[in-house]
Amino acid sequence: MSNLRILVATKRVVDYAVKIRVNAAGSAVETANVKHSMNPFDEIGTEQAIQIKEALAKSKTGTAEVVVVSCGPAKAQETLRTALAMGADRAIHVDSEEDLQPLAVAKLLKAVVEKEKPDMVILGKQAIDDDSNQTGQMLAGLLNWPQATFASKVELGDKSMTVTREVDGGVETIKTPLPAILTTDLRLNVPRYASLPNIMKAKKKPLAKFAAADLGVDIKPRLQTLKIAEPPKRQGGKLVESVDDLVDKLKNEAKVL
Amino acid sequence: MATRLQSSLRLVARQTGATLARTPVWNRPVAWATRAAFSTKAPQFFAAPHGKVTYTADKYPYLKRDNTFKKLSEEDVTYFKSILVPSSITQDSEDLETFNVDWLNKYRGQSKLVLKPSSTEQVSKILKYCNDHKLAVVPQGGNTGLVGGGVPVFDEIVVSMSNMNTVRSFDNVSGALVCDAGCILEVLDKYLEERGYLMPLDLGAKGSCHIGGNVSTNAGGLRLLRYGSLHGTVLGLEVVLPDGTILDNLSTLRKDNTGYDLKQLFIGAEGTLGVVTGVSILAPKRPKAINVALLGMDTFDQVQAAFKRSKDELSEILSAFEFWDRAAIKLVKEHLVAGANDPLESLHNFYVLIETSGSNKDHDDEKLNTYLEGLMGDEIVQDGVVAQDTTQILNLWAIREGIPEACSKAGAVYKYDISMPVPVLYQAVEDMKARLVQSDAYGDGKLFTSVIGYGHVGDGNLHLNVAAEKFTNEATALIEPYIFEWTAGHSGSISAEHGLGVSKNNFLHYSKSASMIELMKRFKEMLDPNGIMNPYKYLPDK
Repeated sequence: MSNLRILVATKRVVDYAVKIRVNAAGSAVETANVKHSMNPFDEIGTEQAIQIKEALAKSKTGTAEVVVVSCGPAKAQETLRTALAMGADRAIHVDSEEDLQPLAVAKLLKAVVEKEKPDMVILGKQAIDDDSNQTGQMLAGLLNWPQATFASKVELGDKSMTVTREVDGGVETIKTPLPAILTTDLRLNVPRYASLPNIMKAKKKPLAKFAAADLGVDIKPRLQTLKIAEPPKRQGGKLVESVDDLVDKLKNEAKVL
Repeated sequence: MATRLQSSLRLVARQTGATLARTPVWNRPVAWATRAAFSTKAPQFFAAPHGKVTYTADKYPYLKRDNTFKKLSEEDVTYFKSILVPSSITQDSEDLETFNVDWLNKYRGQSKLVLKPSSTEQVSKILKYCNDHKLAVVPQGGNTGLVGGGVPVFDEIVVSMSNMNTVRSFDNVSGALVCDAGCILEVLDKYLEERGYLMPLDLGAKGSCHIGGNVSTNAGGLRLLRYGSLHGTVLGLEVVLPDGTILDNLSTLRKDNTGYDLKQLFIGAEGTLGVVTGVSILAPKRPKAINVALLGMDTFDQVQAAFKRSKDELSEILSAFEFWDRAAIKLVKEHLVAGANDPLESLHNFYVLIETSGSNKDHDDEKLNTYLEGLMGDEIVQDGVVAQDTTQILNLWAIREGIPEACSKAGAVYKYDISMPVPVLYQAVEDMKARLVQSDAYGDGKLFTSVIGYGHVGDGNLHLNVAAEKFTNEATALIEPYIFEWTAGHSGSISAEHGLGVSKNNFLHYSKSASMIELMKRFKEMLDPNGIMNPYKYLPDK
């Protein structure tokens, strides 16, 4: 019988469907009064953890505890509640008003890992606001754990996992012992909706809060954003009157023929 | 190389251009070019050659061309060519088809000429000429109407508003938007989104319908519950009367009690009293917090109970309350409309989609959770989900908005849009099914394959869809006038929001008294004595 503890890291980001704008000062993306929700890759991570738990329960080969953690200001708790409503067991909020960059988050997560001692840590491959794609890898380095990134399929074995990764050339399958780091890619699963019964249950699930400062970690930002700008506006299309006209324009104006 | 490219581009243009242009945006699959040109199992109405649709005049022999209307002549075309640029005139028979056939592929006209004016002055000249020469005219917007009101019956000239699509002004203190009638609803909503506002109406056809068409049909839609009807949100109109007079009532004033409110006559007149060329509408502020929940229940009584409670506990934040039945969700799943998938584990008899919109997320979340907890605790609801991000919100709405499309893929669909007291809302579906079963016309291989009910519970508005193999007079006779008699018997309206068009004008007496119809005819005669505006529709035949 295996009893797994899975730690899932989540981040509250600007909602995927929102059209983002640069703020008036030109220093960052506008986030005031903009809809936020859980990073889509983290939703996939939460879903994966819950699926592992359900598979173990169904085959009666063990149990799993899904613990979600999020580092950020008070509003990060919204994201934790979403994860609890999907089916996670308990939540940890690492509270900080600072600008937390991937290295800082990785260090904070290392502190949480040392407290919780999970068998695997699941993160999204990247957050859709900074597209860094670093936290999982850095965490693995700090912990000296194996890492399986860009996972599109996961199979658990006895104290190990077999992961199919999406890489540039196609897919790559690797096997790593546990404990290990897993980062999720888009094709891993389709996250479930938060069902009403689970939303009701979520209210009673424990949500613990720690101040980032209390974890004894240096979270000072290492990178400074110098400039942020929108991409150049797309040139308008032109209407063509006939196919001959189209071919002429492709040849002489766009110069692609 | 250039010639091979040219000939294959021409091939794709021919095959897809005509059907694509008239296919509403939300029906177009992604990568349309390849699917349309090379798909072997193209969806029925997406690739159906127009030649397959029977002419309206042939299908309904009671319709006879009014021969006081002149037939189009070369002289007439020459005149139009003198006031419009060549690209605003369509005479090519293949291109004409998209304007002659309606979205349902149920009605097909025989117009030989489509005009696309670019200004109010051009519309005025066109109507004046047509009135002087007794040429019949059909004003057309996005051609997404469901009662055949936007397509010709015989050889009426189509006046399409698609070239008049400019936003004229927007006041971001009051929210008053002034625009051309040919602006597409979704485009206007995106324009307002950038400024923190939204259009006060929303319907499945938003990617193709024009605001002028919405006004002319007094479109209802998914948010009437929250923002009210166009009779309230339209501040002013610019209309060209049949004799060419331009009536400028484009006010942005919220309050103006000076004289008869003429614009109300044109709202919902379906183009029979004039052409709407400009609209001034009051846009509400875009809500900061939106929540959507999908619920599954067993009985319609539970749907009603949930609705009553929502008025108490959600009241001012409630922005939509839609329902659909088991037959509807089965069709949506079968035809996998727009990738919509059912998030609930088992099939339920009824589904409700609730949307709340407010200015404070925390307050709204708390209200919604309390409401849902209550429903679950009292077993009014068997199962449900709450969307956690915008993508999930869009997916839940896609299920509801995909129902009309899924229905049309089920065969020839008779669509009825009736309103009645909420308690009897679903009875119409049950009674219709019972009647068809009794006549041995219901089931696989029979005349009718399914009866589907969905709609706006909050507005007491049911969309009853009856799917048949094809539109035949025998099939029609089984359901009409039964459905209208049923509605009249329950003091309802035979057309809650779709309007009358050519489909329901002769049933008007089921919902309006003789003296009211008489007065309507007098207005029509006063404003359009030659009867050139959208003839054969709206008011009953003599």
